Amino acid sequence: MAKNTVKIKKPLMEIPFIKSMIVSLTTVLLGLIVGGILIIAIGKNPIEGFQKIVFGAVSNTRRVGNTIAYATQLILVGLSVAFAFKTGLFNIGGAGQMLMGGLMASIWAHNVTFLPQPIYYLSLILVAGISGAIWGLVPGLLKAKFNVHEVVGTIMFNWIAYWIVYDAVKVFIVDPTIIVKSKPIPMQQSLRTEWLASITQHSYFNIGFFIAIIAVVVIWFILEKTTLGFNLKAVGSNRYCAEYAGIKVNRSIVISMGIAGCLAGLAGLTYFLGFSNIMEIGKSPSEGFDGIAVALLGNSNPLGVFISALFFGMLKMGKGSLTAIGIPTEIADTIIAIIIYFTATSVIIQGFWEKIIKKHSEKKLLKQAKEEK
Amino acid sequence: MWSVIQIIVPSAIAYSIPLLMGSLGGLYSERSGVTNLCIEGLMLFGCFSAAASIVKLQPIIGFNAGIVVGILVAIVCSTLLSCLHAFASINLKADQTISGTAINMLSTALSLYMAQTITGSGNITITRGIIRYNIPVLSKIPVIGKLLFSQTYWTTWVCLALWALSWFLLYKTSFGLRLRACGEHPSAVASAGVKVRKMRYIGVLLSGALSGIGGACILVTYAGEYNAGSGINGLGFLAVAALIFGQWKPLGILGSTFFFGLCMTIGNVSKVIPAFANIPSGMLSMFPYVATLIALILSSKKSSAPLASGQPF
Repeated sequence: MAKNTVKIKKPLMEIPFIKSMIVSLTTVLLGLIVGGILIIAIGKNPIEGFQKIVFGAVSNTRRVGNTIAYATQLILVGLSVAFAFKTGLFNIGGAGQMLMGGLMASIWAHNVTFLPQPIYYLSLILVAGISGAIWGLVPGLLKAKFNVHEVVGTIMFNWIAYWIVYDAVKVFIVDPTIIVKSKPIPMQQSLRTEWLASITQHSYFNIGFFIAIIAVVVIWFILEKTTLGFNLKAVGSNRYCAEYAGIKVNRSIVISMGIAGCLAGLAGLTYFLGFSNIMEIGKSPSEGFDGIAVALLGNSNPLGVFISALFFGMLKMGKGSLTAIGIPTEIADTIIAIIIYFTATSVIIQGFWEKIIKKHSEKKLLKQAKEEK
Repeated sequence: MWSVIQIIVPSAIAYSIPLLMGSLGGLYSERSGVTNLCIEGLMLFGCFSAAASIVKLQPIIGFNAGIVVGILVAIVCSTLLSCLHAFASINLKADQTISGTAINMLSTALSLYMAQTITGSGNITITRGIIRYNIPVLSKIPVIGKLLFSQTYWTTWVCLALWALSWFLLYKTSFGLRLRACGEHPSAVASAGVKVRKMRYIGVLLSGALSGIGGACILVTYAGEYNAGSGINGLGFLAVAALIFGQWKPLGILGSTFFFGLCMTIGNVSKVIPAFANIPSGMLSMFPYVATLIALILSSKKSSAPLASGQPF
């Protein structure tokens, strides 16, 4: 009889995608709650604050364009951090890799003006990608050869890049009127185009976004469909097991950091030649660290990174409107940090939901059993 | 030459003391078995809270008392912040590297958020730091007196006393033995009846307190302001590197922090030594970070990291 057939439904928490989705949404919620408490602490209305953030991020075409333009580098840095995570490495050198990619691409843009458009764009991507890759590769080598912890190594490289930019901008591309900035890059040499600007009411929206989308697809392909991706993931999940299986662990570490650095270098390209068109000295891009939040919230999955980058892009671009109601804009960064803190403890959050769902389904079964009686 | 050394050594001591406190904090935490990469955040928070409280209190309770209270406030605030790291890594079994990074970002954002609500601009400048003075008898000793005992900050001596006390605590008491054992082989210690979690809490909270002192020292000795833009310039990570370079031992970190202090001085001396004036300032400023990497490469072969550091219990 049809009535007696037992339907076995897969428990919700056992589908990986839904599981990570639930955990991510919970951490976001917790981050917003704590952020709300902090806003209340200085005597303001949190609901109004969050409304302002959304308003600032998406209220008209221009703002949407800016938000997407800003999310572009978050996507790329997020991918960079996520890719290193898959190999069990923690790349917090995004800032330095962005600076090097941006610096080299800026110098290139000011000096190479004779190439036809499509080849010029390709050359920019190569220059920025390779500079970033070197800045990721070297800490990777130090990790593989000399066991220098990659967190300390990449942080040192961030500061070295910071001071290189400090000198190099002054020497090569300085704006004669303001010596703390580089000359603005003209539109033909940057990633911005007339057409994209005109359809988004002159926002910063640029072709970098399409580079980011291509990067998402490529990284997904590498991780899921190639031997290289399999090797890297194997090293990430168990180094010793991978070594035993014949995978060259040290080489994987260097390659992974190289690709991660390359992605962050591209983020530097889209940031310094697209979103902005100058480089300021004495300023390190905070996106290098926000990328960690993006990768963690997106569960190191390329598609997840894409979605969470758009979310953080909204948060970061919308925060400017907060000053109108007297809330310091740093609340957005505080919320991001809190979200990272909670994602670090995601095992507990996962356990919490599993317990609740289990209780719920048990209750349902009990009810069914009673009804059948 | 003598005049150059006379400039460099006292300055190197001033730079190395905050690093020493950060490293010592990291030592407690890592020796108890919790990886601590949030020294940077804890020091920054100490620097900020000291700055905020000194600016608010100095007009009321006077110059010296304000500094003392400021340092105490820094200790309390950084310890509170380190509670978050302790809770995540000990109770919630979180990934300690990620938790540490979250604390770093939280510290930067939270201190900026509060600095904006307090001063409006985000930078907090204190009117006066600690006044340097000569130690009465010792500064009269030839050579050493000029280098070590003249124009010193009193915090330097407090910090060195804390360092000596820590050495005694870690190596000469049963508490120290237990703490160190928690970082090497927690299950063995647990079977001997020691509460591993409690020891690790003590380790992390002490790292918070010491980093707080370190951050406050930066403020009241050479920096003089809490800077919203550059923070503490990655000093916390230099402290972690000094801890590794010093092989997780008190005497080792004393040496390695002095070395890094020396490097930082060299990075900043171009203003006083004419021979350095032609080198671009960025090149000199990056020197400490490059030196750190080289130091880490050199010390990589004989790593004596605590065995259980980073593993939840």
